[in-house]
Amino acid sequence: MIALRKIAVPLMAMVVFLILWEALVWANGWPNFVMASPSDLPQAYTRYWELFLTGGWQTLWRTVAGLMIAVIVGTLIGMIMGFSRTAREALYPLLVGFNAIPKATVVPILALLFVGQHDFNTVMLAFMISFFPIAVSVSIGLSTLEPEYRDILRSLGASNATIFWKIALPKTLPEFFGALKVAVTLAFIGTNLMEIVSPHGRGLGALFDSGRTNADYPLMFAVLIALAILGIALFYVVVALEKIFAGWAERPQS
Amino acid sequence: MSLPISLDHVTHAYKTASGPLPVLDDLSIDMPEGSFTAVVGPSGCGKSTLTRLIAGLMKPDEGIVRLGGQPVTGPRKTVGMAFQNPVLLEWRSILQNVILPLEIVGGLSKTQREDRARELLALVGLEGFEDKRPSELSGGMRQRASLCRSIVHRPEVLILDEPFGALDAFTREDLWQTMHDLRRAERFTCVLITHDLRESVFLSDRTVVFSARPARAQRIVEIDLGDTRGLDDLYAPRAVELLATLRREIQIAQGREVAQ
Repeated sequence: MIALRKIAVPLMAMVVFLILWEALVWANGWPNFVMASPSDLPQAYTRYWELFLTGGWQTLWRTVAGLMIAVIVGTLIGMIMGFSRTAREALYPLLVGFNAIPKATVVPILALLFVGQHDFNTVMLAFMISFFPIAVSVSIGLSTLEPEYRDILRSLGASNATIFWKIALPKTLPEFFGALKVAVTLAFIGTNLMEIVSPHGRGLGALFDSGRTNADYPLMFAVLIALAILGIALFYVVVALEKIFAGWAERPQS
Repeated sequence: MSLPISLDHVTHAYKTASGPLPVLDDLSIDMPEGSFTAVVGPSGCGKSTLTRLIAGLMKPDEGIVRLGGQPVTGPRKTVGMAFQNPVLLEWRSILQNVILPLEIVGGLSKTQREDRARELLALVGLEGFEDKRPSELSGGMRQRASLCRSIVHRPEVLILDEPFGALDAFTREDLWQTMHDLRRAERFTCVLITHDLRESVFLSDRTVVFSARPARAQRIVEIDLGDTRGLDDLYAPRAVELLATLRREIQIAQGREVAQ
């Protein structure tokens, strides 16, 4: 019953969404070159199936690579800011400023810095757009650790490393996964931004771009749907990881 | 095992933006081995500072804190602490929470650690809750688990910083009983910081009344009620007399009454 609700209800919502979309296009009598309808999509998928597979894979691995770098660098920056007040005061304005820069402006800079390194540039942009929430959440998690938690271990002579592994790190995990859910979609946006904006891009973003230049509207919408599905899949991978590593933070609902 | 605690002319001040803030002023107290000392006093008079000095988490500006005759120079494995906030680790079961200090101190095998923790949990009435998460327990039960954790490694010195302060009155009285049970079963020198005069009379051998900041030991009251105390004994004439004495001393410490 619970499984039914968890799977059937979201599926129903999607079906309703597709029907509404189809009805909207039909009611307005929009032709394909104004807005594609869901019934146009299967044809687009079957025609370009191989491009979807290779493009999807390229988008996927570069997003995951960028996200992994963001996790490592974001956690390190968060640790530095969480443990040192001076570092926090020094780094916060810098990070906020960096985060406020529209990442589309970074695309040409990266492209000029590392000419032709398309994979590298894409991973870099995915990383740059997604590490901020991770760094902030880890630093907040660490800096708001109640002193008593530290004292129960410190009074036994435990080292700072032990306190970090036994208490500070696991206690920060719920915040960390909250941030990772935001970061995973951001990284995904970063990857696609680079793929779409930079010339000679690869991945689903480039496929979208080629649909645009060829005025193949059903292809463009098919790419958007494929991106949404990939995004949902990535998000739920993070949710599954959260269940495994921070499931304890979930209160039983009554 | 237990060790005597002695404070020898301890003076301490915190550095603040507006200059040093003296908290402890030439404090000398001796706590014999195995004794139970309660410390009461006005809010913010430096009681918690005292616990951090004894635990070796801070060093006093002047004077010496000794455990078993040895000056305290830093944290040591023979100290146990419990606070008003039970600070249990939400991702661990109750049993694993109690085991935590043993992981730091080391020495016992995995089964020995578990047996020791189970033994204590049974002693405080938490048998059957070993595998529960802290969030599944009531406040009083969490505090019981926290007490188990503070003594699981057989500390020579137990420092209790208002561990019953946030509990409702009846739960608190239950935990006082539990504290007596623990004291009978385990041996440690105990310092209890509290705001509750009944608690100090029910639990301690002697109660130290701190003056307002910077704290001195304004008065030390021997609680001569014997070792086996029940809650009813709190209403016996001698206990009432002790409570009245302590009450008066607190009012003097707060500056509301002049000492005779």
